Amino acid sequence: MTTAPIGPMEECVAVETDEEREERNSATDVMKAMNRNALIEDLNRNFVAMAITKSHFNWKKKRPNINLCCLNLSFPQKRAKGQFLFFKVCEHLNLMEKDYFGLFYMDNHAQTCWLDPTKDIKRQIRNNNWQFVFNVKFYPPDPSLLTEDITRYLLCLQLREDVASGRLPCSFVTHALLGSYTLQAEFGDHEPDQPRTLGLGQLTFAPNQNKDMEEKILELHKSLRGMTPAQADAQFLENAKKLSMYGVDLHHAKDSEGVDIMLGVCANGLLVYKDRLRINRFAWPKILKISYKRNNFYIKIRPGETEQFESTVGFKLQNHRCAKRLWKVCVENHSFFSPTKARFLTLGSKFRYSGRTQAQTRTASSLIDRPAPNFQRTSSKRISRSLDGGNTHTHAEVAPMRVHGDNIYVRHSNLMLEDHDKTQDDVLKHQASISQLKRSFMEAPPPSPPQPNQWEKRLTSSPATTILEIEETVVVQEVSIAPKPGRVAVTAGPPAGPPAQQEALEQEVTVGQEVVAAEEAKAAKQESVSSESESEEEAEYHPNVSICHTKIPEEEEEEEEEQADKTAGAPPLVDEVSAAVEESAPADARDEKNTEGEHQAEKDGSGEPAHAAAPNGPRVPEGSASGAEQDQEPKVNGEARPVEAEHRPQVICCSEPPVVKTEMVTISDTFAAQKTEIATKEVPIVHTETKTITYEAAQLDGNGDSEPGVLMTAQTITSESLCTTTTTHITKTLKGGLSETRIEKRIVITGDCDIDHDQALAQAIKEAKEQHPDMSVTRVVVHKETELAEEED
Amino acid sequence: MAGLMSGFGHYTHAVVRGIPASLAKEALRSCQAEVDLAEARREHEEYVEVLGTRLGLEVVELPADESLPDCVFVEDAAVVCGDTALITRPGAESRRRETETMKSALKELNLNIVEMTDEKATLDGGDVLFTGREFFVGLSKRTNQRGAEILADAFKDYAVSTVPVLEGLHLKSFCSMGGPGLIVIGSSEPAQKALKIMQQMSDHRYDKLTVPDDLAANCIYMNLPNKGHVLLHPTAEQYPESAKEDCRGNHAGCSGLMLKSLGF
Repeated sequence: MTTAPIGPMEECVAVETDEEREERNSATDVMKAMNRNALIEDLNRNFVAMAITKSHFNWKKKRPNINLCCLNLSFPQKRAKGQFLFFKVCEHLNLMEKDYFGLFYMDNHAQTCWLDPTKDIKRQIRNNNWQFVFNVKFYPPDPSLLTEDITRYLLCLQLREDVASGRLPCSFVTHALLGSYTLQAEFGDHEPDQPRTLGLGQLTFAPNQNKDMEEKILELHKSLRGMTPAQADAQFLENAKKLSMYGVDLHHAKDSEGVDIMLGVCANGLLVYKDRLRINRFAWPKILKISYKRNNFYIKIRPGETEQFESTVGFKLQNHRCAKRLWKVCVENHSFFSPTKARFLTLGSKFRYSGRTQAQTRTASSLIDRPAPNFQRTSSKRISRSLDGGNTHTHAEVAPMRVHGDNIYVRHSNLMLEDHDKTQDDVLKHQASISQLKRSFMEAPPPSPPQPNQWEKRLTSSPATTILEIEETVVVQEVSIAPKPGRVAVTAGPPAGPPAQQEALEQEVTVGQEVVAAEEAKAAKQESVSSESESEEEAEYHPNVSICHTKIPEEEEEEEEEQADKTAGAPPLVDEVSAAVEESAPADARDEKNTEGEHQAEKDGSGEPAHAAAPNGPRVPEGSASGAEQDQEPKVNGEARPVEAEHRPQVICCSEPPVVKTEMVTISDTFAAQKTEIATKEVPIVHTETKTITYEAAQLDGNGDSEPGVLMTAQTITSESLCTTTTTHITKTLKGGLSETRIEKRIVITGDCDIDHDQALAQAIKEAKEQHPDMSVTRVVVHKETELAEEED
Repeated sequence: MAGLMSGFGHYTHAVVRGIPASLAKEALRSCQAEVDLAEARREHEEYVEVLGTRLGLEVVELPADESLPDCVFVEDAAVVCGDTALITRPGAESRRRETETMKSALKELNLNIVEMTDEKATLDGGDVLFTGREFFVGLSKRTNQRGAEILADAFKDYAVSTVPVLEGLHLKSFCSMGGPGLIVIGSSEPAQKALKIMQQMSDHRYDKLTVPDDLAANCIYMNLPNKGHVLLHPTAEQYPESAKEDCRGNHAGCSGLMLKSLGF
């Protein structure tokens, strides 16, 4: 396969939405840049991953050569996961706080996609174009909370590029100020004897850079004397983080009336823009469900104080891929920035955010115990000395060499080592002088005419875009009945009936059942579980905001495929019921294309009995894993992936339970939505009190962990009533000839009143036993999360 | 200023304009109450006196123009934030020329002038609420989407959110900033509704101070170099009716800071 260095940071622009991207030059530029840099070819599975280019500037004239370091890795195994590469790159960069970053690549549609760490690289890169770009994936809202300077430095590199390219718009003054910090960080104190021009013209600080701006930058730079590089970076970030578009990932969309708008995904939630004006905002805690169906993207909004019902807001994306991509970005951002440690119960969908949340990341970072690493900044002292024009950057030389064997080599151009002993105090000390500096700066106002185009530029490439190709998506919510040779077919029973899986288990079957009842104080009613089911082809993500359980009932397979439409049923009412049942027969055929399987599944599926939400008796196979270990889940799925049903013609996947309630989705006018009083307070942080009771049967638990087995099927059913959400995840795993079915059921009860834990537990066990008499309950977890009273208003 | 976006910065200058005699008869008015010109002028003088003498601001007094009956309401003619002054294009045609004098005055203060030349755009400064962290622009009879877009372009560092103003003249007819992070809001339904929208649209949290009468929510908050936080608000006695003609002024904080205004 072709190996190629990744483009320089500057070129590493994550492009936003697909189509627009195609038209956009910048996208093409990225591609070109990548190709230009594709210097290494290695057919022997060696591939080169370009780590972040350590160049902060757009070296206008020497762009193509910016790659400063290449990482040449030999591929240890065919099936190396994205993580492998990502970790290698981080290792190379000496980066420990890696969770904010990611690698992306360009897919066949010229869209940037984040490399999914949990999946095989090979499976994700379909076009043999092995070029990756290291990029910031989640912009930390407060960079000062990052533990290491090196992390801040890398974030600075990204932001310098964001600013210079116009993706992160800012005023003249801000451009100048940020530019001065960059100069200070990279070149140190201003040296009076330096030629005035400094060759600044060769550095790009802003899209509309001009002499005036360069003058300002220099002027400001002078006043930063004495500031260490780390301090300059910190100041740079302090200012950048306040910019309104900091970390906002924009996607083109249309509202219900076909008006062009932009959806911005960020740490706080989803923003709606119309012609660069913010016209609406949905904070993450407000969003109950995120889903997409074909090219529609929906969010279900928690009812406001005065409203009784939830509302669903829909947007149209350019196509299915765009919708899916936006959905993923939302799921990932929601997950990452979720205030509570979300325990995701990712059901069914292959896609989930597998990384840490920001909170976890911070905790982990606080444990970093190493001396501040020395790292090299792009511009060395040397460079700064010859700045006056020479610009003799070694960039040009970076031609990566070809490496044979298993070695990893890193090549740097002349990078400079810098000292790292600045402390926060030092930084503070500088503030005063800085403010003074700014004051004086203000006296001479520079011209900065508004530049409408900037806005568009941002769109071109937004680093935050997340697109994962999910090749192996398992069709969630489908029930596949695959009578296997020798194996028993699995039948899914209607809500009432026990999930058919059992039948399949002729052999030793270990049934694990997990009931998780989470109660939350909030909604008012406490109702019985309704059995409404909802099955959709499209994916959904339900952040149970208060509790933060995430359910992703389903996901579609390939982006390429044109999926059959599935029906989505969601009760318009308060809670949604979604049921996803997934089941698969033992898969012998590993090579099958999932896609196919899926398709088939879908088609046939209609006939399937609806397991639909057996409100009570969802079961989850071991493989699917209990929600707790979300991290492992992906793996499981990953393995399962190859499986898919092809060999068995009998595999029937039912995407829709017989009784499907069709959801009425209101595509509401954003402006109208705005008028309604949606939540008054967005409390980004939900204070909760939690209590967890776990019951675990001593017995056959081990099986799940011992050997992974082959995941044959997995299905998820979610049902909801007014204040109860039941999610059932059923997994069938084939282990050494034995098939095992595991049912995991999660019940989330949302209510005002206090719920008796013990009773809930007993009830859960009882119901489980009744529904699946032939299975045993192995684990029951009762998790209670109480939202502490919110103050205010 | 200590950061590009350091909230309100410091107020150093105030721009005001005299009251023309034509105000009484020709000014645009939402209610038909009699205007006591002499009283209005007296109040205005008092206002200028407070700004200049008591608060120590450098007051730039622009002469009244009889052909511009509404010219005293300077806040509508320009929006100043940081080093930039956006000269507006007032929604009322009869007021467009008010910006000319304002523009030259602000130019002299060394502000970076941005003009709204698009003929489809209208914007009254009275619809622009700057909170220190972001802008809210009321879409009203006087301000349209295009005007708001131009404002967003002029102040790129900040988020600019639109708020429908369904009743009343301007967004700031019923609200204003009472300090950093504090919105003073009237208690009428439209006012409360607008507040909710603003809260929903913002990434920041604001405290609110609800006052019984919408008009009483019309204050001027200033951060003065030597005096700290100052809130200029209608007095109790002044309030009910007289306040109507009273506080309309505009002050520009020039050394890089906000120019906030009040008005209704």
